[in-house]
Amino acid sequence: MQLKTRLAGLMAATMLASAGTAHAETLRLLTWGSYAPEELVQKFEEEYPDIDVEVTFSNNEEMIAKLRATGGAGFDLAQPSHDRIYAAQLEYDIYKPLDLSKIDTSVMEAKLLDGVKANTTIDGEVYAVPHQWGTSGLMANKSQASDFKSWADLCDPAYKGKTSMRLKRTILLGTAFSMGEDPFAAYSDLDKYQGILDKVADKLIECKDNIKAYWKGGDDLSAMMLSGEIVASETWDSTAYKLFDQNSDIVFVPPKEGALAWIDTFALPRKAKADDAAYKWINFVLRPENVTLMSSSTGAIAAVKGGKDLLPEDKKKAVNAAFTDADIDNLKFFANIPPGVEDMEGKTLEKIKAATGG
Amino acid sequence: MQNKDIKRLSLILLFAPFALWILLLIILPHIGMVLLSLREKIAPRVYEYSFANYLDFLNEPIYWNTLLRTGSMSLLVTALALLIGFPIAYYIAKIAGPRARGGLFLLCLIPLWVSDLIRAFGWILLLRETGVISNFLMWTGLTGQPIEFLYNDAAVIVGLVYTVILFMIVPLVSTLDGMDNSMIEAGYNLGGNSFTVLRRIIIPYAMPGIVAGCIVTFMLTAGSYLTPILLGGKNSSWFTEQIYNQFITRFNWEGGAAFGMLLLFFTSLVVWLGLKLSGQTLANTVAKS
Amino acid sequence: MKQTSETYDLECFDLAKNFGPVRAVKDVSFEIPSGSFFSILGPSGCGKTTLMRMIAGFEDPTAGEIKIKGKSVLGVPPNRRNVKMVFQHLALFPMMNVYENIAYGLRCAGFDKDHINRKVHDVLERIALPDVAEREIHQLSGGQKQRIAIARCMVLDPDVLLLDEPLGALDLKLREAMKIELKLLQHQFNTTFIYITHDQSEALVMSDNVAIMNQGKFEQIGTPQDLYHRPQTAFVASFVGDSNRWSGTVRSGDKTGGKVETDQGLMMSFSTGKGQTIRDGDKVDIFVRPEFIKTVRRTKSKAKTAGTDNQMDGTIDSLLFNGANSRVLVRTESGELVESDVVLTGDNDLKPGEEVSMVWSSRQAMCFSRGEQA
Repeated sequence: MQLKTRLAGLMAATMLASAGTAHAETLRLLTWGSYAPEELVQKFEEEYPDIDVEVTFSNNEEMIAKLRATGGAGFDLAQPSHDRIYAAQLEYDIYKPLDLSKIDTSVMEAKLLDGVKANTTIDGEVYAVPHQWGTSGLMANKSQASDFKSWADLCDPAYKGKTSMRLKRTILLGTAFSMGEDPFAAYSDLDKYQGILDKVADKLIECKDNIKAYWKGGDDLSAMMLSGEIVASETWDSTAYKLFDQNSDIVFVPPKEGALAWIDTFALPRKAKADDAAYKWINFVLRPENVTLMSSSTGAIAAVKGGKDLLPEDKKKAVNAAFTDADIDNLKFFANIPPGVEDMEGKTLEKIKAATGG
Repeated sequence: MQNKDIKRLSLILLFAPFALWILLLIILPHIGMVLLSLREKIAPRVYEYSFANYLDFLNEPIYWNTLLRTGSMSLLVTALALLIGFPIAYYIAKIAGPRARGGLFLLCLIPLWVSDLIRAFGWILLLRETGVISNFLMWTGLTGQPIEFLYNDAAVIVGLVYTVILFMIVPLVSTLDGMDNSMIEAGYNLGGNSFTVLRRIIIPYAMPGIVAGCIVTFMLTAGSYLTPILLGGKNSSWFTEQIYNQFITRFNWEGGAAFGMLLLFFTSLVVWLGLKLSGQTLANTVAKS
Repeated sequence: MKQTSETYDLECFDLAKNFGPVRAVKDVSFEIPSGSFFSILGPSGCGKTTLMRMIAGFEDPTAGEIKIKGKSVLGVPPNRRNVKMVFQHLALFPMMNVYENIAYGLRCAGFDKDHINRKVHDVLERIALPDVAEREIHQLSGGQKQRIAIARCMVLDPDVLLLDEPLGALDLKLREAMKIELKLLQHQFNTTFIYITHDQSEALVMSDNVAIMNQGKFEQIGTPQDLYHRPQTAFVASFVGDSNRWSGTVRSGDKTGGKVETDQGLMMSFSTGKGQTIRDGDKVDIFVRPEFIKTVRRTKSKAKTAGTDNQMDGTIDSLLFNGANSRVLVRTESGELVESDVVLTGDNDLKPGEEVSMVWSSRQAMCFSRGEQA
């Protein structure tokens, strides 16, 4: 994918060079898999012939690691989740403030924009604006697990050996909510948070027996779910929507404790070299006609006004099958991760992985 | 005199790429890792030199248990690769005709043409509950319900043996190939039975190849990442996974660097012990094959 | 078929081996008396190595019988036969020192430590290398390796010792010395040695008996003198020693000898080889050894020397000086080259270009019918 885009870019560059017009600028995107569909990249390059787009696919952790390794160089636009900006900036100084005047913020859903701004403002400077949002929650095969509705159901002996989860921070938070705790509130008191983590770890170690395997990526999760080897799992909503397409019994289930909502953002790496091109890309993908293209590739909802209506038809159906308005009101947005929490959570996850629970 | 200078210059020029490679890609990064591993994080953007990261390792049983687990499973994989690889190598080197040899070597090589990831997915397709083997067993009626072969240590070991066995076979074939057939015949002729000939003649002769193969497979296994992650079960921790977690999930580069150095020390120690026990040296094993 | 007897260490009856359609060994029969030095001499590819591997047990015969000390060894695996073998490249074990190499067989036989120790040092004494026990193989000289390889076998008191061209890898000087040493060792151990070689001088010098092998068959078995002077086939005559060879047709012949007209049209008298029957009109080959041809300067008088019933004239083409083994090449009037041994004294010797006469006795002209040479 990356290669193809590069090739396309290269060809465009040679064509331009031979035509002798304006010299080409490169926009180096560091983003999630499927967040730069080829169709959209081509469209962008047609509209701005002097910009070549280079895409590197990654995830939250690797984005930060990559930018940390270079002090924020090597990429012109990054797309970490909104909770991964504040602490990373404080600790590693890898982003630079945005010039909001160059972004068409009027199209953005005000609630999401304000939320992200509040989360990523340091010394009065805003470091990120929202792009798309989605949730982490549960998915279940209705024909075999019709009353699946809580994070705690993953550990229900009724589904012994038939459930799965990813051993990452989402499941720690979900389990904490299911135990009646509010982990986000405890971020301000890390000792208290450690206490919650310990309880969660005990619960999840006890639960190991119930789990078939920890999934590592969308592919193995999909395979287990489609083959019927598991009947329910912790999941990303987009994965669940894709499976709904293939088997309408498999639906995304917002847990009764509230689905965990994330917002992927736009942020400028500190040593980015093509800010103007980056702003052009941001405004470009937020245009209504492009939002639908993007959402059909990512399965996530754009953070623009009426984003849900701009979803392609099949995704809209899947979302409507999963969410009621009450579910949307019940969303728990990931809170900013203060420094040190990743380390505590990482250690807890290692503890769970190493424990012998079955 | 001028001629001598030219010779010296050309020698330096010839040697330069190798020296640069060693310096830039091996020595410098390792020095960097050592320095990084000795930094302790006090506060955001504040670091101090200390052994805290190494002490962390010693004080946390999860870490050194995982390292020991990785080490012992790697030894098991190495032993299995040797047990399976030796007869294969013997067949290729001593029994198969010159025509068949090329083909057999090629067969051993084929797994290396695809990436680690694809190989692991291949095993997943075979071993999973709804996979080929389970279905086959059900079809033959040997079992009434699907069996899960995946997500356990046995699957990890099978996958790893499959991945590394070629690196065992190649040095074994090259040493066995150098062995005069009459050496084996002499072993029989002087009264040895098959077991004696194997134990007293073939194995001692192949020892440099065995040790070379074992070192390479052990190193590859202990340092592998994808296979144990993808095939492993809920409890199958691998030390490289912890290094990855330190670097990526926990943003703890200092701890990750310390773990990396510890893995290096640990595997070097095991290799050194192996060389001592087998009475071989690096020079006549790995360097030779 | 001969009767089995205790006095033979090794007997083979109608032994044959086929590799697919290739018949490597064809119905070979022989027996070797105890304590003798027996050589099998033949060109490479004649089947001698296959024959030896059958005796050692590395190949199963297609047909026939092998008996060692009167007992059949067919079906007995190599490690159970009391036949030891010195391999072409010796096959000493490089990962063991000299002591371990020699002790290997004793250990396999299950002797106790003291016994092994005594036997190893004993055999090292006998091969006159008492101090090398702790040496590594690569520290030994070529000749020492040779002796260790023999000691490694002899320490097991074999009924028969097989040697597969063990001198092949040595340089000329050492090879000459080892020939004598091997013979002495064989005397000393008084064990039957079977020596495989393609080098006739090795076979002739050392052996009590030699078998000439060609294309899977034994052409002749006999003492070295027998083979040299009384070859029974054209192959033996040409393979053992040097000879001049003429082809021709018998004009008059009987049991003892006759006259042949060579293809060049010369008349030549011969004596019939043992067991040969020559009839008039047969196509034959005549062999004459260079040392039996006397070459003299041609004189005007054509007086015949007594007993030298063959004569041929020619010109000396070249002189091959090699001390006592010097030789001349004479070009005859019909254009062929004939080799003849000469004694060169350094004084008034023959020179190239001189006209000479060559004479030899019909008794030294060995005649074989052509059809025999398959």
